[in-house]
Amino acid sequence: MTKLLETRDLHVYYGQNEALKGIDLSFDEGGITALIGPSGSSKSTYLRTLNRMNDLIPNVTITGEITFRDQDIYAPQTDLVTLRKEIGMVFQQPNPFPFSIYDNVAFGLKLAGEKNREYLDQVVETSLKQAAVWDEVKDHLHESALSLSGGQQQRVCIARVLAVSPQIILLDEPTSALDPISSSQIESTLLKLRTDYTIITVTHNLQQASRISDRTAFFMNGEVIEVDDTKKIFMNPARKETEDYISGRFG
Amino acid sequence: MRRLFDEELDELDNGFTEMGILVSNVVQQSVDAFINHDRQSAQAIIDNDHKINEREINLESKSFEIIALYQPVTSDLREVVTILKAVSDLERAGDHARNIAHATIEVKGNTRVAEIETQLAEMGHLTTDMVKQAIQAYVDKDEEAAKALVTVNDQLIEYRDRIMRASYNEIATDADVLVAAMNYNNVAADLVRIADYLTNVGEWIVYLKTGQIIELKLMK
Repeated sequence: MTKLLETRDLHVYYGQNEALKGIDLSFDEGGITALIGPSGSSKSTYLRTLNRMNDLIPNVTITGEITFRDQDIYAPQTDLVTLRKEIGMVFQQPNPFPFSIYDNVAFGLKLAGEKNREYLDQVVETSLKQAAVWDEVKDHLHESALSLSGGQQQRVCIARVLAVSPQIILLDEPTSALDPISSSQIESTLLKLRTDYTIITVTHNLQQASRISDRTAFFMNGEVIEVDDTKKIFMNPARKETEDYISGRFG
Repeated sequence: MRRLFDEELDELDNGFTEMGILVSNVVQQSVDAFINHDRQSAQAIIDNDHKINEREINLESKSFEIIALYQPVTSDLREVVTILKAVSDLERAGDHARNIAHATIEVKGNTRVAEIETQLAEMGHLTTDMVKQAIQAYVDKDEEAAKALVTVNDQLIEYRDRIMRASYNEIATDADVLVAAMNYNNVAADLVRIADYLTNVGEWIVYLKTGQIIELKLMK
């Protein structure tokens, strides 16, 4: 079976500095993969490479292969807007646009030229429901998204990604700026989404990784030390480095 | 890196070892008291049984606390779980030592059978050695020594069966030995149970080292 997303011998250099040293990882459809590892282990770099966010950084060199549905995403004919619609990203700090909740969620579709009001209404509602924030915002859809709490803003950002029907959702420490209640709402949201979307999340919260992910990849110094079922990683990892990190002996 | 958690775990580990030594000593004392017809020592074992139970409760509370406050994973979690499970086995072994002490008191003053008591003494020494080996295997975290504990079980079962047959034969020929003979059977059964519980401790040592939950008796 072909993989939805696959990286082979992926190297990323910032100038002379080799941040990723040959990553081979692949992702099937559905499920949540957690990327864990100490600060500076380049897990976020890896995540950002998956929808070409690193293109924006000067002096970056990328070698190796990243294929999404067997297409090389770094091929010259790749359309970045389409790629990022298919592989959406949610960041650490909730970053709603400074306009209404409705317009935030509808943004991607409007950008793509969608004008059918009824269709937009329907997608906004479905996306906000999927992101588990609909009940809280349905009566204020036309108020500024910036008036929401951090946790609500983050779920609106997830809805914004969902509105353009992605295949893969990348999350870069999506709850590290949130309080425990909001974090737990985001976690429940992700658990509901894991059947329909492939979710890859970077987290420093090991308990979060063990609670919600199906698979965990442990990064250290730009390499994947171990990738396996989350249960295996948290109960009986194969590598000592993994065990030491997971049980807080370093990092 | 030395973690705060390591100190908590050391404390738990030491507490379990101490309880293991305590139970090992009580088993030894109960066997000695039975062999020597020492009613006083037997009474002391019964009076002190609550100390073993209290240690079990303390170690359980400490384990729950560590799980709640530190949320251990991987080998840390296995260490806590091993103690949480094995501590009950130790406590139950202690209960059987107390049963042997009760038997010592009951038999005192009744007609005895020297031959059977010799067999029970041998069986008792075999069991106390096995208990000591189990505690040592825990201290050393020695998986192979833990697996080897099961080998004594068959020998103990043979002893128990032989003692039971001899006891029934004696009862058939001399009704006066009834009280002693019934207690011989009970003590033999208690010794087998003690070995069973320490075999369980061995299984938890294997789990601690490998993450595998096994049945040593089924693996023979």
